[in-house]
Amino acid sequence: MIPISYYLIFAAALFCIGLFGVLARRNAIAILMGIELMLNAVNVNLISFWRYATPEKINGQVFAVIVFAVAAAEVAVGLAIFISVYRRRGTVSADEIDLLKW
Amino acid sequence: MTFIQLFFIFAAAATLGAALLVVTSRNLIHAALWLIVSLFGVAVFYVILNAGFLAMVQVVVYIGAIAILMIFAIMLTRKVSQVPKPVFNSNWIWALLIAVVMFGSMTWILNMWPQFEAIPPALDPSIDPLRQLGVALVSPEAYVLPFELASLLLLAALIGAIVVAWESR
Repeated sequence: MIPISYYLIFAAALFCIGLFGVLARRNAIAILMGIELMLNAVNVNLISFWRYATPEKINGQVFAVIVFAVAAAEVAVGLAIFISVYRRRGTVSADEIDLLKW
Repeated sequence: MTFIQLFFIFAAAATLGAALLVVTSRNLIHAALWLIVSLFGVAVFYVILNAGFLAMVQVVVYIGAIAILMIFAIMLTRKVSQVPKPVFNSNWIWALLIAVVMFGSMTWILNMWPQFEAIPPALDPSIDPLRQLGVALVSPEAYVLPFELASLLLLAALIGAIVVAWESR
């Protein structure tokens, strides 16, 4: 049997890799990929707590389903924004999109 | 070390290795393909955790929709003649430091949790989790409101994405 520690450490590592991608990458789409990795790590945590703490209740799985929906919405809007920015500025590099900086 | 633990470690190493390649690949298409490998690895963990429906949703929604959408966005926003620029921004060393410190502190805090080595309780064979999930998502005593709000959010995101990406002439 796998102890819950395996899942939690795995999810923490996946979250931190995603966090590094979000903080360090220059391309905005790569930042979005980092966010996807972080959301996946959260989902692994939700499902493992569901399985190990309350398998008779379904709440953990419902939360994970809502996270799926939010992730899909976020990617759709994010990619639309990047395509629009690319059309106007010719780049999706996060440090060159500085319209709101003064 | 049982077989399932060895399998877990193998799958975790594959997923984390693919995730590392996602955040370090210079070529974004390669990063998106490694993202698919990583998402598939997470689906394997859902299967080990007896959440087969979510594993299927992971493959259909994440790999089938989100990753493909990202590949399309990469193809739409790529300059053909571009001088190679650094993959990371100038603060990447701080980002690495924050990520490592965060991983270390999370592991440290989790280690103090008394049930850290808990093993999974046996599943009650009379309960069908998939049926339970379906009932919970539509029953007024449970999660019908968040479920409907999620559908509203998806509709708003759909309309918003069309409006934002619309090319006005």
